[in-house]
Amino acid sequence: MTILFVITGLLLLISFIANRQKTLSGLKKGAMQFLKLLPTLLKVIILVSVAMFFIPEKVLLTSFGDQAGILGYLSAAIVGSVSLIPGFISFPLAGMLHESGVGYGVIALFITTLKMVGIMTIPIEAKYFGMKVTLMRNGLSFLGAILIGGIMAIIFALT
Amino acid sequence: MKFNKPAIKTQLQKYRFDFPVILLFGGFIGISYLVDFSTGEKLFETTFWRFFNEMIAILPCMFIIIGLFDVWIPKEKLEKHIGKGSGIKGIGLMVLLAVIQPGSLYVAFPFAWLLWKKGSSLRNIFIYVGMFSAAKIPMLTFEIGFLGLKFSMLRLILTIPVFILIAFILEKLLRNKSYEMTAPE
Repeated sequence: MTILFVITGLLLLISFIANRQKTLSGLKKGAMQFLKLLPTLLKVIILVSVAMFFIPEKVLLTSFGDQAGILGYLSAAIVGSVSLIPGFISFPLAGMLHESGVGYGVIALFITTLKMVGIMTIPIEAKYFGMKVTLMRNGLSFLGAILIGGIMAIIFALT
Repeated sequence: MKFNKPAIKTQLQKYRFDFPVILLFGGFIGISYLVDFSTGEKLFETTFWRFFNEMIAILPCMFIIIGLFDVWIPKEKLEKHIGKGSGIKGIGLMVLLAVIQPGSLYVAFPFAWLLWKKGSSLRNIFIYVGMFSAAKIPMLTFEIGFLGLKFSMLRLILTIPVFILIAFILEKLLRNKSYEMTAPE
């Protein structure tokens, strides 16, 4: 996180030295975009945090950790698609899951859907891509995640 | 910008699904603190704050970078590298750009729009978004630490081609439709 602040600060400084006028107009453009997205963003964050408060990550993960076979894959994909968990929390939890016996294929499927399929963030995505393309992208990503999880499972079973 | 009444009304109209949720939540949290309702306080301080924190830390930086990018990088210059016919080089640039960026997927959308505005091909836009599923460099050490090097590398090796393929499919599906990306108005 700090590195992002440093990079942003440096870019801003360089830009400001190079051309004040241009920098200000860039900042204004960025700020306007941010403000226009803010209400939708806040709504999504509120809905996500309320959902995640009542169903904590650990409960979510055990819900597919205990399932075996196809059902395990399916619930991992669904949980990954609807939830929004930052990497610094999802990776340690996934590590714990693996220690408790959940296969790498299921974990790969979970991580991929977690990152690439965002049911909760559809309102944000649709503002940029439109609803139709958003649904297409999420649907294809869901299938892609299943493919990745399946191949991972096969590779780990063979080696 | 001038704010006259009809303009405000149409502006509000656009957020008609957003503001009720925000007001309801704000009211609920406010009352929770007033009457010392611990569930409400905990909800605000734990889960909400965690997401809000990410949002107010990463997004303003992202939008500053987007704004600067917008004024400094001319379309003609970028189009050559990531536009139609940019081929393998364009793909490589998109992969690189996505893996060095921190944050969740929704952070990618505003930037994707900027790239689109600067002449990126649709396929490269979807590659950029798709690469958010691959390991991000800031997160890679985390993944390796908790799930092992073999798992992380395999996932990376599989993820990159699968999501590039998805980008090709999306491009193909949208080829004959005069598809345009939009920005929130």
